[in-house]
Amino acid sequence: MFPQPDARGRYGMYGGRYVPETLIPALDELTDAYREARADPAFEARLTEILRDAVGRPSNLTLAENLSRDLGGMRVWLKREDLNHTGAHKINNTVGQVLLAKRMGKTRIIAETGAGQHGVATATAAAMFGLPCVVYMGEEDVRRQALNVFRMKLLGAEVVPVTSGTRTLKDATNEAIRDWVTNVRSTFYVIGSVVGPHPYPMMVRDFQAVIGMETMDQLEERIGRRVPDAVVACVGGGSNAIGIFAPFAYLPEGQRPRLIGVEAAGHGLESGAHAASISSGKRGVLHGALMYLLSSDDGQITPAHSVSAGLDYPGVGPEHSFYADEGIAEYVAVDDASALRAFRHLAEVEGIIPALETSHAFAYLETLAGELGADADVVVNLSGRGDKDVNEAMRVLGDLAGLDAARSESVS
Amino acid sequence: MSRIDTAFRQARAENRAAFVPYLTAGFPTRDAFLQHARTVLAHADLLEVGLPYSDPLGDGPTIQRSSEVALEGGVTTAGVFDMIRTLRSETEKPIVVMTYYNPMYCYGEGGEAGFLRDLAAAGGDGVILPDLPPDEAGTVIDTAREIGLDTVFLTAPTSTPERVALVTDACRGFVYAVSVTGVTGAREATSSEVPSLVGRIQEATDLPIAVGFGVSNAATAAPVAAVADGVVVGSALIRTIAEGGDLDALAREIAGACRRENA
Repeated sequence: MFPQPDARGRYGMYGGRYVPETLIPALDELTDAYREARADPAFEARLTEILRDAVGRPSNLTLAENLSRDLGGMRVWLKREDLNHTGAHKINNTVGQVLLAKRMGKTRIIAETGAGQHGVATATAAAMFGLPCVVYMGEEDVRRQALNVFRMKLLGAEVVPVTSGTRTLKDATNEAIRDWVTNVRSTFYVIGSVVGPHPYPMMVRDFQAVIGMETMDQLEERIGRRVPDAVVACVGGGSNAIGIFAPFAYLPEGQRPRLIGVEAAGHGLESGAHAASISSGKRGVLHGALMYLLSSDDGQITPAHSVSAGLDYPGVGPEHSFYADEGIAEYVAVDDASALRAFRHLAEVEGIIPALETSHAFAYLETLAGELGADADVVVNLSGRGDKDVNEAMRVLGDLAGLDAARSESVS
Repeated sequence: MSRIDTAFRQARAENRAAFVPYLTAGFPTRDAFLQHARTVLAHADLLEVGLPYSDPLGDGPTIQRSSEVALEGGVTTAGVFDMIRTLRSETEKPIVVMTYYNPMYCYGEGGEAGFLRDLAAAGGDGVILPDLPPDEAGTVIDTAREIGLDTVFLTAPTSTPERVALVTDACRGFVYAVSVTGVTGAREATSSEVPSLVGRIQEATDLPIAVGFGVSNAATAAPVAAVADGVVVGSALIRTIAEGGDLDALAREIAGACRRENA
């Protein structure tokens, strides 16, 4: 489909399998099962059917006319992953992985989650296939995302609060890996982003790449060309971004659009409180792969910060790390305040409340409009809807005074 | 012959399994760690020193918590090497560092090569890296060979014969056999898989085999000592330290259970 990583799961120097020996045979088994499944027309047909009938694909491509006007005429197209079942792109991957788990005869599903979107999407897929599901979630996130915790429980999943380390996504991931090491023979670990040991970054990319492939077809229909001038997506671990980038990334140079990944600058890159692994991190190994990450001089992973829980992760997928080094994609960072203003703005002018994660991508459009001018087509991956973030936005913005302050700042 | 080779050879000559205690460096403090290390060294054949890491995905709650305490106390990699240097000035017993790959990869200017050189200079004898399978360890192995450090990799109950061959080929000093699918932690009983596991590894190598994960006292150590060349105990010791228990008595008890005539 797309260029494969090498036999050791490497994109350039990134990726690999830095995991306990116990898991290596399981990763070999998974790699073989995945290749066989992708070569089986029955698997492809079933996946396509689920994506159409249960997820609601293809997702729309919406021209954001008011936003485009505000930006001086540059045409902004929205790839509407927010309209998927469960409200985000995460489900594209979880139905694929759980279908594979079923095919492999695994009897138990586990997952990690930060804000809870991947947890909800995994619990949903597990419910569809009648498999028990355990979701690991940092205690801090359990507290902040009570609604998603309840959704997962409604869907029949067990939610295990994780009390180690920073009690957030990174520690939930550690705990999910510990569960997998312990129950490796019966259990399928559904990883939610393009991270983890090979074959996960490749597999998650392949399942998410439906976003970019649909975008190409839809652009051809709407503007008569398959390749826009730029594609913009937010990047935490990087699954929605890889999903829309991958089909464009390996086009020959010159035909490739600008691919722009927007990381979370949190309180600002200089503050140290951010989640910008590429913009401000260094190389290292986290959760089984070599990647850009946030770490101390001594190699201790440092906590990430973002107003958006889905970007609040101290690493980024190996394929993004490779794109960054090779100049295939550009990576920039947008701070909390800018993301909140963009969140507010899109709601006002387009009637769409985006996820706070996605709002980071929107916050970069003004800069991009200045660079590209009016005669350009730009696609933004609208990776998720913002209903889940309304409480957090209320907390941060406070009240209408806060909203007004945010608005006047954005004007100034 | 390395210190590690000598230690296992001597234990074998005395018809016992080597006792290999694990302690987290800097837990609960630097000085207390050094004191605890001296206590267990009196009974041990080899000391495993855990270099604390923020994300120890191969460890259960006991060692996780000890690593957090050590890091909160300000332990650094250079600080751990300094503790090893102190112990080396007091003992000829082998000292092996167990840590995860990122602290080694990110170490100072020299990265993994600098880490290995500084460890050797401090008097360390080898490294165990639970998240670095030999497939990813090419440069670590080359550098370690060059400077005379032993590399210890882990086999697991899930390892295929091909994997066992690959892992044991990459090992120097000894092979670390993980007794269960799971993370570190004291357990009530020894896995029934241990004898067959050790048998499978013996078919692939003449190196000594130390078994770890789940050994907590004499009762769980003795069946391991009966079939393996070494018994690794970590969480039970850490828990004893955390609870203010009698570390000397536990170390003595387990060392006693490593003698085969007593098994």
